[in-house]
Order: sequence, then structure tokens, then C-alpha cells
Amino acid sequence: MPLHILPELGQIALILALLIVGLQSTLPLLGAHRGIDAWMAVARPAVFAQLALVALAYAILTHAFLAQDFSLRYVVANSNSLLPVGYRYSAVWGAHEGSLLLWSLILAVWSAAVAAFSRHLPAPVMARVLGVMGMVSLGFLAFMIFTSNPFERVLPAAVEGRDLNPLLQDFGLIVHPPMLYMGYVGFAVPFAFAIAALLDRSPSSADSVAVWLRWTRPWTNVAWGCLTLGIALGSWWAYYELGWGGWWFWDPVENASFMPWLAGAALLHSQATTEKRGSFRSWTLLLAIAAFSLSLLGTFLVRSGVLTSVHSFAADPSRGVFILIFLGLVVGGSLLLYALRAPDDTHTAKPFTGASRETLLLLNNLLLTAACAMVLLGTLYPLLADALDLGKISVGPPYFSLLFIILMTPLVLLLPLGPLTRWQREEPSRPLRMLAPWAALALIAGAIAYFQAPQGPWKTAAGVAGALWVAFGTLRFVWQRLRSQGGRLTAEMTGMVLAHMGIAVFLVGALLIEAQQQMREIAMQPGQTLTLGRDSFRFDGVERLQGPNYIASRGTVEVFRDDRRVTTLHPEKREYMSGGQVMTEAGIRPGITRDLFVALGEPLGNGAWAVRVHIKPFVRWVWIGALLMALGGFVTACDKRFRAKRRERAPGPTPTTPAPAAALEAAA
Amino acid sequence: MKRWLPLAAFLLIGVLLAAGVWMSGRENREALPSPLIGKAAPAFTLPVLHEPGRTVSSAELRGQPYVLNVWGSWCAECQVEHPVLTRFAETKRVRVIGYNWKDEPADALRWLERFGNPYWVVLADQEGATAIDFGIYGAPETFLVDADGIIRWKHVGAVSDATVRDELLPALEALERGGR
Repeated sequence: MPLHILPELGQIALILALLIVGLQSTLPLLGAHRGIDAWMAVARPAVFAQLALVALAYAILTHAFLAQDFSLRYVVANSNSLLPVGYRYSAVWGAHEGSLLLWSLILAVWSAAVAAFSRHLPAPVMARVLGVMGMVSLGFLAFMIFTSNPFERVLPAAVEGRDLNPLLQDFGLIVHPPMLYMGYVGFAVPFAFAIAALLDRSPSSADSVAVWLRWTRPWTNVAWGCLTLGIALGSWWAYYELGWGGWWFWDPVENASFMPWLAGAALLHSQATTEKRGSFRSWTLLLAIAAFSLSLLGTFLVRSGVLTSVHSFAADPSRGVFILIFLGLVVGGSLLLYALRAPDDTHTAKPFTGASRETLLLLNNLLLTAACAMVLLGTLYPLLADALDLGKISVGPPYFSLLFIILMTPLVLLLPLGPLTRWQREEPSRPLRMLAPWAALALIAGAIAYFQAPQGPWKTAAGVAGALWVAFGTLRFVWQRLRSQGGRLTAEMTGMVLAHMGIAVFLVGALLIEAQQQMREIAMQPGQTLTLGRDSFRFDGVERLQGPNYIASRGTVEVFRDDRRVTTLHPEKREYMSGGQVMTEAGIRPGITRDLFVALGEPLGNGAWAVRVHIKPFVRWVWIGALLMALGGFVTACDKRFRAKRRERAPGPTPTTPAPAAALEAAA
Repeated sequence: MKRWLPLAAFLLIGVLLAAGVWMSGRENREALPSPLIGKAAPAFTLPVLHEPGRTVSSAELRGQPYVLNVWGSWCAECQVEHPVLTRFAETKRVRVIGYNWKDEPADALRWLERFGNPYWVVLADQEGATAIDFGIYGAPETFLVDADGIIRWKHVGAVSDATVRDELLPALEALERGGR
């Protein structure tokens, strides 16, 4: 049957893609350097061909999963004849090789999107941007083909597959990796732009940086939004699937995605500043390099097995060496270029005083970058200790939480001031006067919370006061805008407001769970009742249940509040047939103000089970906040300003107007 | 000068990562060396795959060292290591005992017919109860147990020719020199 050779066809498609990407990453760059139009023109068709080929390879691998082709080692390792059809689609990215293919596919899609939406950019810029993205593709395709081939055969074919890791047989983890990769890969666009800008030596290049920056901002915003969603999905999944009831663990793999997020958040703000004011130009370029480098570093940490973590993937030194060399070339090369070519800001940037929006944004960037460096240090420290033979050390939540709170507190305090402060020069008393009543209100609410809280008064008060301060301050800005002449919010401002409101919502969740959560873990006989405050949980025993590819022990817990029945929860322990892995499925009753969470521990004999009961107040707010932040990124990207054709415009920063009059005009 | 700082910082991180990669290639870095090494293998009595009525116990296996190889017909990596294991078993240096884990006997027998049976005897642990005592968390895993029933060496994942040459054989020689 000819279908049998499909995997070889996929293999050929990948090799062809590698060759084409080889062209894409050389000719256009050389063409832009020497001014040869025909060479630059190679970039766009090469990108589309790359997309077609990688998509073909991806479709073939998907087909292999649907058709249960157990002659492919990757399919054998990650599928099973009992695997439900829906999961066969997502099993494609269930392990290392397929994840890389998905990475490459998403990168090809982003490259094609850049090629399609950028026809108005000058040809050399376009050629350089696509050329640099080609180099990244080249690395990933070569990595896949030489060390992690998804189309490798096992002959004779296996009779049965080992099954997809049960952790991945779940909606949250199906959507989590693609979203995360959209974010990681999305940062390749500002990165490619930054490199293109550094490569460009023409005299006009310095001035046009600001113009082209406007073009990259929506890409950064969308990438950051996707990354936010990806991280939030991972956190949500960990909450309901790991059975510990936590939503963030400072695990190395979580940190690996959090570092580019922090750098990306800094980049969003500094890009806006550079675009509008011309300040921080080289800093913005550096952040663009950093955000993508940290994305690559994240991939390296997860894929190389250098760090051990709950997510640990098979360690393979040859892969580690490959990614390390790739990382060295991309990041080392970019930073070398930066060191040699970074523009000098001193003459081009408009001056600003200590009290100005520039200063506040600078502080924002400093704090976010410091947080990012703190996470990097904490993540790599165990490795350092191991290398220096200081023993096996793990850096845990105490370090991260403490430092993170220290760094984020000033950020939260300064946040509402930012949008209300003028560019260049501001009378500090003006925004302070605007916000003073709201600060007072937030403090009063915090004080009330302190006295009302049944437990953890300090954290409760901090959560309430901090969230209200950010929310009031942000709404104060909206009111200010709507009241002024013209009185409307641009998409960019709406996005900013949404994201900042997201932070307020997130603060409520993060701090109030910390302060108010309740947990009990006890052995329960069927019929026994556990009381937590006004809630009581009656354990009605465990029954066996047959799932499609697992056998579950399914508990029944009746929840009462003041003797009125609230709900019935069904926590499960699932044993997957093929690998014997046991997974916890918590029984959760979600709610806006609190979640009821019940997880089964171990059976203790005679029908008794260890049962863990949590009450998690406001836990949903963590993810709703993240959702708002992501939405903010997407809405900002829709601003008409970014879509307007900028070619006609003279390059150079926007004309200077005396600060006070221009303040609200430029406020965003 | 200032603009060279990011590159310098990255180079430092790069050196650290290189050290990490180098260490990850080092033997048994993840091990958290198995707590069982140097300890007595857990006692077990398991049915023989080919003769379901007969059982073999850990006590009966004493007196000579043996290699215990955990496998299942559902396990793809087992198929990968199978030729390596077969070559090793054919040297007849030591008894190679199959530990068929969480498998249907019919599937297991079909698998052995298809790929060949290098094992001295195959024990079946359909429920996986003994596997827990051995701390097995995946197949394939391979143990070297000495004449006194002490676990001397353990390998997680498929055994390669290099693993046999560089780890298993030296461990075995050490046993033979020690007269065990």
C-alpha cells in the first residue's frame, strides 16, 4: 500500500524544508548587505515553501497517529490502540520529537505571517527580518533531523504502542504547549527585527528604528499574550491535575516559561517608549534579544535534561550539546552584534527629567528585569552548585516568593502613576493629587479586610489594598481620558487598561488564596464527615469504574454548607492500563469566590482512604487576571496606528511638542 | 564597555550550561543512586510465564549471580534493547532472567516467539506487585543481582552495547573476582 511510504515522504519534506531554509537564511541577508534585489526577493517565496513543507511533514505525522502506524518509534512511544481519537491529534506534540515539529511549524506560520503582512516595509528590512527568522528555523529543523527525528522507524513494527503519557491526556495540557510555543516563537519577530536593525548600517537606519519598531509592536504584544495564556493554562492544569491544589510551584520548567514572560513584559513597555519618544533605543533592542534568548534557553532547559524537574523529559547529552551550540551561536552572535553595533542614544533621545513617564517606565523595566534575573539565578543555582560540587541543592518557593514579592511591591505601587504621568517632565504633585483619594480608599478597604479576615490578616489586607489601588488608579486614567477633549480610548490604551486590570484581579487571587486557604488531609471511612468552618464533607466511599484506557477508583464526597447540600464531588485516581501510571483527578466545585477541592490519596484498607480537602478562595481570579492580561496584549495589537502604512511618513521619531499640551495626546 | 556586559553575562551562563550538559552525560547523574544498590533484592515468588503452574522464588535463584531484565510486550524500548540483550545472553556469562511486567501472558508469549527468547526463565508479574518492591517505574529496567541476592547494579531504560561493555561487564567481573 503506497500509504506505507508516507513517513519517508515526511522525512523528505523536512529535509527539503531544511535546504530551503538554508537559502532563506543566507541569500536575503547577503542581498540586503550588497543591495542585490533578486537575492532579497528569495526571502518571501522561501518562507512560503518552508511553511508548505513543514505543514506537510506535520500532517503526515498526524496521519501516522490517526492510522496507528506502530512502525514509527515515536508513535509506538506515544500512542496506543486504546487511545481515544481526540488525543491522537494532540499526541503528535506529546513528546520531544513532535514538540520540535510543532515548534518548527509555528515558527513557519509566524514567518509566513510576517512575510504576508509586511509588504509595505522596505525590501532590505524585510529580507533581513526573514533571513534571521530563517536562521532560527534552520537550527530547529537541523536539530530535529539530526538528533530527534519523529519519522524514525522500528522494524519490524511493534504490535502495540506504549500509550501517550497520561498527564497529557487532558484538555489543559493539549492547549498548553501550542500556546506556549506561540509565545516563544512569537518573540522571534521582535528579535529578528532587532538583529535586522543592528545589521543595517545605512545612515538613515538610526532614525528609522523608531518607525519600524511601530511595526513590530503588535507582534510582540500578540506573542506575549499567547505566552500569558500558555502559562495560565499550565498553571490551571497543575492545579486540577497534580492534586496538590497549588497553582504555581517555581518548578524549573515553569520558570523557563516565566523568564521570557518577564522579559517580554519589559519589552512591551520599552518598545512603546522607544516608539513614541525615541528613548531607550539600545535597551529595547537588547530586551528584544533577551526575550527570545530566554525563550530558547527555556527550550534548552526543558529539552536537554540539564535540570531535573517534574516535567523531566528524557535526558540525552547529544541533544544537549546540539542545543547548547545553537544557543551559543544565536544568543552569543546576537549579543556580539549588539556589543559592536548598539546605537548611541545620547544624541537622539529626547531628554527627560526625574519626574516623568520615561522614568516610571525605566523603573518598570528595571524591576521586571531584576525579577527575571532573580528567577534565572534561582533556576540555574542548583546546576551551579552541582558543577562546583556543593552537593545537590534545590532552590524552592521560599527564595522565589520572597524576592518576587520584594521586587513586585514597588511595581504595583508605581503602576497607577505611569499612565497618569506626562512624558518628559511632570509636576510630581499632579498625578499624586489625582490618585490620593483612591489611595486612601484602597488603604481603608485594606484595613477593613485586616480586621474582617478570619486568618492571614496581613496578606488579605495587602491583597485587597493592592488590587484596589491598581484597579482605582487604572479606572482613574480611563475617566481622565473620557473626560478630556476628544475623550476616547484608543485600542492601545484599552489594551493597557485591560492588562493592568488583569494585574489587579490577579493580585486578589494570588494573595487571598495564600491568606485564606484551608486544607485538611485525613483518613476517612465511608460515611465519615469532615467539617471545615461552615462546610462539611461526607465521604461516601470509592467505586471502581472502567474508562476508555484506564480503570478509575472514583470517590463520592457530598458537600454541605450549614447542613444544606451544596454539591457532590467525584475525585478519582486513574490507573492507565498500558503503562500502569496512576493519575489523580481532583473533584472540584469551581466558584468565583472559592473553589471546593477534594483529592483522593492512598487506599488505607477496609474501604478507608486518605482524603485531602481544600477550600481555595478566589483561586479563579489568578487565571481570570492572566486572561485579562493576555486580552490586553491582543487588543493593543489591534490598534489602527500599527496598521497604517508608515512608508509614506518621514522616518524619525514623532515631532516634539511642548510637553504639557502633548501629554494626554501621547498618553498610552 | 557597558555594551559588552550582556555578552559577558551570557558567556558565563553558557559555561555553566556546558558544565550541565557535560554532567548530564555523566553516569547515573539522575540517580539519586538507587537506594536498592548494595541492598538485598526484595523477596519474591512469581509464576513462570511458560509454565503458569510453576513458581520461582528469589531464594531458589541464590548461589549464582543473575541479571533481571524488566520488559513488556507493550514497551517499544524493550524491542530496541532486545538484540543487545540477546547478544549478551548468548555469551552465557550469567543467567539472564526475564521479568515480564504488567503484560497479558498471550501477548508476552507472542512477542517472544516473534523476536526470540534469550531468557533463562521468564517470570510473570501481571499485577506489578513485586515491581513496586524493586522500585521499578518503567520498562525496560535491568538489575544485576549477586549470588547472595544483593543488587549490585541497575540500569533504567534500554541497555545498549556500550552499557553492557562499560557498566554491566565490569560489574560482573568485580563479582567474579570477589568469588561471588
